[in-house]
Amino acid sequence: MASTTHTAPETHTGVKIPVLEREKLILSGRSYNWITERICGVLENRQPFLWWLLFIPSALIALIGVGGGLTYLVSTGVGVWGMSNRVFWGFDITNFVFWIGIGHAGTLISAVLFLTRQNWRTSINRAAEAMTIFAVICAGIFPAFHVGRVWFAWFLAPVPNANAIWQNFKSPLLWDVFAVSTYFTISLIFWYLGMVPDLATIRDRCKPGIRKILYGIFSLGWRGGNRQWSHYEMAYLLLAALSTPLVLSVHSVVSFDFATSVVPGWHTTIFPPYFVAGAIFGGFAMVLTIMVPARFIYGLQDLITMKHIDNMAKIILLTGTIVGYAYLMELFVAFYSGAIYEMDAFKFRIAGPYWWAYAAMMSLNVLSPQVFWFKACRENLWVIMVVAMCVNVGMWFERFVIICTTLARMFLPGDWKTYSPSGVELMTFVGTIGLFLALFLMFLRFLPCINIAEVKWTLLESDPHHDDLQEHADHGVVIEAAYQKELVSSK
Amino acid sequence: MSTTRKRVYGYLAEFKSASALYKGAEKIRDAGFRKWDCYSPYPIHGLDGAMGMKRSILPWFVFFGGMTGTATAFALAYTTQVVIYPTVVQSKPVNIFTVPAFFPIMFELTILFSGFTVLFGLLGLIQLPRLNHPLFASDQFRKATDDGFFIAIEARDPKFTPNGTRDLLAEIGGANIELVEEED
Repeated sequence: MASTTHTAPETHTGVKIPVLEREKLILSGRSYNWITERICGVLENRQPFLWWLLFIPSALIALIGVGGGLTYLVSTGVGVWGMSNRVFWGFDITNFVFWIGIGHAGTLISAVLFLTRQNWRTSINRAAEAMTIFAVICAGIFPAFHVGRVWFAWFLAPVPNANAIWQNFKSPLLWDVFAVSTYFTISLIFWYLGMVPDLATIRDRCKPGIRKILYGIFSLGWRGGNRQWSHYEMAYLLLAALSTPLVLSVHSVVSFDFATSVVPGWHTTIFPPYFVAGAIFGGFAMVLTIMVPARFIYGLQDLITMKHIDNMAKIILLTGTIVGYAYLMELFVAFYSGAIYEMDAFKFRIAGPYWWAYAAMMSLNVLSPQVFWFKACRENLWVIMVVAMCVNVGMWFERFVIICTTLARMFLPGDWKTYSPSGVELMTFVGTIGLFLALFLMFLRFLPCINIAEVKWTLLESDPHHDDLQEHADHGVVIEAAYQKELVSSK
Repeated sequence: MSTTRKRVYGYLAEFKSASALYKGAEKIRDAGFRKWDCYSPYPIHGLDGAMGMKRSILPWFVFFGGMTGTATAFALAYTTQVVIYPTVVQSKPVNIFTVPAFFPIMFELTILFSGFTVLFGLLGLIQLPRLNHPLFASDQFRKATDDGFFIAIEARDPKFTPNGTRDLLAEIGGANIELVEEED
């Protein structure tokens, strides 16, 4: 990679420090106008044939799976989801946790990487945030219909009802209602506010007509004046600062659903960090699964570079290893606790009738990302796609293992059943995959899939002192070092 | 239409780069103008100082919005669980000692209310949404969301003079200087 070194002038310690040149985030020296053209082109030009080839089946699967499946469920009863079995939380809560987890990478990229000044996030944050919104929509379907009579789902909201019974605010299930709905709302606000300047860009490129009016309304009349940008940037910073603890809280609260119970295999304190790491892990795999093909189809290689992909692969490696640590620690604690029920729960997971799910979870989540230790694997898009798919599947199995194997062996042997999903449950799950893809394709079709304003901001000439620096032979290295020195001495 | 009266909104001038915009802004600030703004396709860091603007007051709104959220959640949970309708579930207490169980919801509502305050506070501060703006009458202004850098000085600024302001903009490097008018 680019590793030209310059020697900085003397700093406060008198030692000469070599300054590594930063790798560029946008390749080929593209101009502002090129960035606008290329990103807006994705939604202004005719969609490639492949778009229709993906959209029509996805939309049909969503319609039949989610639309048809849920209509059948509502008109018949929740029994069609195989909930007469003792494993009430079987498939639907597995899917709920799976989808909620997918969303976490979006918030992580948009909020945590923003606060830590990781500028490479600008090329992928919009699509990842969109993924968050769509994943949470898919997630919400399962608990909403799982309650049985979905038309009474409003009982979850803290409003006085005819029975004068209030929600149990001490229950993790109600915490979950608040956590997930807050997460959805804040993610939506974050996504939308981040998009306003880009919608204005599209508005200004539209010919007069219905499109211009619609983009005009949604861009709120944005003008890009600095008196707007100043407040806007503060708002963005605040939302990032609010979303960071929020994203950590959401999956922690989801894990409380399990951890606050007294069920062997669930009652562990490691659950919140373990769930959060797993969520980020699974979410990044989904970002890669979607962005690697999209970058090819729309020719966005100069915007989403191999550096972005490399960084994401490293995060997958890190979080995958944390997840592996959590799996092993769970086993160790079960052994070390000396509690026979705890030990039996894990023996059942490893060697019981669900051994294959446990083996899939271990190999796909812990072993498959280990290839990312090697640079050659992080640079090969086929390897990356295969690992990302492995992780997607593996993370689904993780939730299946946690939920189904545990509930299949509760305290009463009379309850012992092996669980398998009903056809309608399967259909609904496949339907949500279709729904997710269809929504994402619609997003590519109608909204800017890369944050235009922020990507422009990462170009070198966007720095208001860029021209001054260019006038010097060393392109500002001396000034930069002097600035660093000033920073140090001002402390 | 020829019968419409027009009112001058102000002067609009284009600058060639972010650096040029920054330097121009410093000069206009020093000339003592108040009703003017710099337009750019992305936020330029440091321009607030060059324009003599203060830090946004949005965090204060959000602080009080967030506190309202915390208080709302506490009041909602405590009133319903302890005061009006104490129900013993899982043998958890129904007095002040049950409050730790309300923390997750208090946290979530703090974030939720703060988020809404960010959204509506921002819209209030930047005075959006609005359907139109005099600057949209300018054809070149469309570049402000693509690759153009502009400064607009409004006619309602006390320092504004038709010739003096135009000369000032030309002097500091502004190109394509245009008199923007709005329909009265």
